[in-house]
Amino acid sequence: METVKLTIDNKTAEVPKGTTINKAARQLGIDIPTLCWMELHDLNIENRPAGCRICVVEVQGRRNLAPSCATNCENGMVVRTHNTRVLNARRTVMEFILSDHPKDCLICPKSGNCELQAMAHQLGIREIPGQEIAAMSTYRKDTSPSIIRDLDKCILCRRCEMMCNTVQTVGALSAVNRGFMATVAPAFEQNLEHSTCTYCGQCVAVCPTGALTEVDNTPDVLRALADPTKTVIVQTAPAVRAALGELFGMEPGTLVTGKMVTALRALGFDYVFDTDFAADLTIMEEGTELLGRLTRHLKGDKSARLPILTSCCPGWVNFFEEYFPDLKDVPSTSKSPQQMFGAIAKTYFADKIKVNRKDLVVVSIMPCLAKKYECQREEFSVDNNRDVDFSISTRELASFIKQANIDLNNLEDGEFDAPLGESTGAGVIFGATGGVIEAAVRTAYEVHTGKKLDRLDFTELRGLEGVRSATIDFDGFPIRIGIAHGLGNARKLLDDVRSGRSQFHAIEVMACPGGCIGGGGQPLHHGNSDIIKARAAAIYTEDRKKPLRKSHENPFIIKLYEEFLGKPNSEKAHHLLHTKYFDKKKKIVVKQ
Amino acid sequence: MAKENMQIMVCGGTGCKGSQGEALIDNLKLELEANALENDIRVVRTGCFGLCELGPIVKVLPGEVVYIKVTPDDAAEIVSEHIMKGRKVERLLYSDPVTKKALISEKELAMHKKQLRIVLRNCGIIDPENIDDAIAHDAYEALARVLTGMKPVDVIKIIKDSGLRGRGGGGFPTGLKWEIAHNNKSDEKYVVCNADEGDPGAFMDRSVLEGDPHAVLEAMAICGYSIEAHKGLIYIRAEYPLAVARLKTAMQQAREYGLLGKNIMGSGFDFDIEIRYGAGAFVCGEETALIHSMEGLRGEPTVKPPFPAESGFLGKPTNVNNVETFACISPIILKGSEWFSSIGSAKSKGTKVFALAGKINNVGLIEVPMGTTLREVIFEIGGGIREGRKFKAAQTGGPSGGCLTEKHLDTPIDFDNLIAAGSMMGSGGLIVMDEDDCMVSVAKFFLEFTVEESCGKCAPCRIGNKRLHELLEHITKGKGVPADLDRLKNMSLVIKDTSLCGLGQSSPNPVLSTLDNFREEYEAHVTAKKCPAGKCKDLMEYLIISANCVGCTACARVCPVGAITGERKEPHLINPAICIKCGACMEKCKFDAIIIQ
Repeated sequence: METVKLTIDNKTAEVPKGTTINKAARQLGIDIPTLCWMELHDLNIENRPAGCRICVVEVQGRRNLAPSCATNCENGMVVRTHNTRVLNARRTVMEFILSDHPKDCLICPKSGNCELQAMAHQLGIREIPGQEIAAMSTYRKDTSPSIIRDLDKCILCRRCEMMCNTVQTVGALSAVNRGFMATVAPAFEQNLEHSTCTYCGQCVAVCPTGALTEVDNTPDVLRALADPTKTVIVQTAPAVRAALGELFGMEPGTLVTGKMVTALRALGFDYVFDTDFAADLTIMEEGTELLGRLTRHLKGDKSARLPILTSCCPGWVNFFEEYFPDLKDVPSTSKSPQQMFGAIAKTYFADKIKVNRKDLVVVSIMPCLAKKYECQREEFSVDNNRDVDFSISTRELASFIKQANIDLNNLEDGEFDAPLGESTGAGVIFGATGGVIEAAVRTAYEVHTGKKLDRLDFTELRGLEGVRSATIDFDGFPIRIGIAHGLGNARKLLDDVRSGRSQFHAIEVMACPGGCIGGGGQPLHHGNSDIIKARAAAIYTEDRKKPLRKSHENPFIIKLYEEFLGKPNSEKAHHLLHTKYFDKKKKIVVKQ
Repeated sequence: MAKENMQIMVCGGTGCKGSQGEALIDNLKLELEANALENDIRVVRTGCFGLCELGPIVKVLPGEVVYIKVTPDDAAEIVSEHIMKGRKVERLLYSDPVTKKALISEKELAMHKKQLRIVLRNCGIIDPENIDDAIAHDAYEALARVLTGMKPVDVIKIIKDSGLRGRGGGGFPTGLKWEIAHNNKSDEKYVVCNADEGDPGAFMDRSVLEGDPHAVLEAMAICGYSIEAHKGLIYIRAEYPLAVARLKTAMQQAREYGLLGKNIMGSGFDFDIEIRYGAGAFVCGEETALIHSMEGLRGEPTVKPPFPAESGFLGKPTNVNNVETFACISPIILKGSEWFSSIGSAKSKGTKVFALAGKINNVGLIEVPMGTTLREVIFEIGGGIREGRKFKAAQTGGPSGGCLTEKHLDTPIDFDNLIAAGSMMGSGGLIVMDEDDCMVSVAKFFLEFTVEESCGKCAPCRIGNKRLHELLEHITKGKGVPADLDRLKNMSLVIKDTSLCGLGQSSPNPVLSTLDNFREEYEAHVTAKKCPAGKCKDLMEYLIISANCVGCTACARVCPVGAITGERKEPHLINPAICIKCGACMEKCKFDAIIIQ
């Protein structure tokens, strides 16, 4: 490997050719502050527009200061990272940035978790010269079902664009306007709702300031809890328990399932249930659908389209409705676990506890922002009463727990309530990429072959590779499985399906890199894939510890079919647990 | 006289066209037909003569008699008098602003005397829509020589030896640029002509494209041969419709003649050119932003390196040169590098085209050898300051250049001297200011442009320039304090030091150079709250000198806001609290009793 030698702040470094000054400095223990720069480790993607100019350094012999995030080391370079010229420039640029930023930190959703705030503190900015005559660049606030854009707080780091375009290939966000009024917006400056946005929330996950945030539904939940006429129940998605602890100072990968249950009970929820239960239900429905389609397909029925695509992820559903509406009969018709839970809760469970569905409030805790949109889809309501009333993210739950003065760290472990709280390990692994298909394999194999699986850990389906494939032997019949996480990767598989090149029988897609554990509603991971890996490990640990690890063995699922649904893909199951998809390809609407 | 050798050249540049030049051409043709001369005498629509403010311009050959401000109605007289009878139309001749003497030929014009036309060699001489005309003036001869007997490295050597530097603003050695692009091996390479002329008031590139498009096409093909590229792209703003039309015509004609396209002149070398339109953003003149714009992306710059010569259009090695640079290529090939390097100063060779504007007598386009002094340009070629006023400053390098003053008048103009003086060459705008110009307002004016034209990508340019402009506004309103001057300077230096591209790295130049050269003027604004030039409305007060006032009441009657009071035949008074400083009273007063303070 070719290396280059240079001097940074009088220390000598030898680094591989192509290393930036910033990274070389880090190796020497020199911290050059950065603002817009961001690295997504496993994706091998770096956001370095060199736009904020906070990381500038002096390179001897160059006329101007150089952005250390985007300047490669060269042999013989002499770099100064903190001399007076650099410090003065850095401070002045920071004053510029702050002069065009609202000062409402008191009520900003990012306060305390804002990279700009932290940088202002780090650079010791106490006042902003000329603020009294400084105009602010303003832009209309845009509230969608999932995401709020408050672009007055945008510092044009362009990270959201990178996520939306490079990683997700959704293309909803790009820079518009110029100069002082430059900002990031959908094409033709439409609102997000009228754009190609899938609400995956990856833009929110990387935004350094309060410019992109989730819609906060905790006040709605609080109001429901405070209303004595309502019975309020909650479901928690598998990925939440693997990340919530991070917001209470725990190490990434700490499982807080029991503590979370206790906290939710303390918050006043009448029943604390588990979305994992609905995940098991999803496997029953989706697995049956897969086997049905496969059988029909093998018998030569052309209407049975393969591969079957998973449909648990609402960001993914939005993506194919927008970009691949011609393939809308390809995905499984099974609703997502969130919506299956809602449908069962407001029928089977409401009947059981003799509460009118209008007085039963279903809240979901999700690692996801698209879930907020999903629960608002018209087809998931009965007489204007949603199956799932409110969806709040992991971050919102953490804030809610803190508001209620609950000390999560010191809580005793609690148990989920029955009957919608019982789940198998198969339901848990829905939280990680590859998990849904692994869970489906565990059940479909046994149902299809009538034989017992001798191993339950399909490690070939796990991992963080963007597109993965594996062939699973179904007792002599090879089932070819594809897995994609991140919508950019999903697009590749979908292009193959569209062109007829795809050889897969089943494909799992999750919109967010890493799957739900890397969701747009999770604690911010700042691109650090070690955090994602730790969360995945936690999920698989929980799976291993479960006494039951196959969905069809969940006794409450068996009971649900016996008492209520009949059998998988029955007419009643179809009515409650399946859905259809729509052509949502955006037409350019000039007037909103 | 021998009418058959006569030609009537009419400027077909955008300026003259806009002043009824086309109707003039039509009328001239009609008059010739009426006198049955249409077969003997050609009316040629040429490129720009450079005397834009005096247009439409007509030049009659032989004799090179120049008529100025010719209207369509003058066509009859030109034909009946000059063409038919050989008598010059005296009233349409140019009169020297100093000697008041009527000058007949272009060569007599002071404006032309010190000029040396290499880039503009064919402008005003050939019909740009006729390739034969261009070929008769040596077009494509250099290309022929290159394709028939020279290796790419030979061509690059000539360009390197000539000392030609990029005319777009940066002044990077052209031959070196070609060499780097040549040495970067790739299956595909591109030659890009930057015709995104964005400096307000600059129109040298447009004039070349309108007046001599083949000069650029030929040079691009030579460049393509030298760097081993087969595709050229001209990035031109859509606001240049005439230049676009002439380029298209020229490209079509060149293809028909086998001078573009496959197997040029039978040499086996393929090269063709496409036009790409820009939407007129100033920043798209920066080469990385230009390339992104051509790729269909947002026109904003990226960090260099990588330079376009390594990774440019579609990630391929790309050589970007400006129109004026390309226009120098063929003469260098034909006349040799020694000829070119004998012109100009030590480190800046050849000539430079300037667009003269502002408070100067001869407004228009000129081409002078590098190293010509500012004094020669302004006082000889430019005919001096209007209305005999005093020279105060000259802004070079467009909106992001700096102001040169009296002390710089004898500095030879070249790339390095301008930078040393706190300005830059830029693309060649030269705006002259006189004693009535307020330098704080001048800086504010230029800043307004860069604030508007910043792409917004980097914080110092996006926000810093806005803050600079706000502070200048504050000062011109009389609200500034002395400490603001230090802030102006610090902000300016940091913006220059930290901005991503050339736009932000130079946008504070007008502020810094006026602060350096006219600090006392800034100080007057922030301490005495006065504008010495009397330009800043908020800092001036209209006063009636009672000794001169006869009480005629004319001022009180004309005042639109009733700010002037006084008895008849008694000295009047202006109430500054009401006065809106419109100046109507001062204009009305016949006794010089009203002054500005």
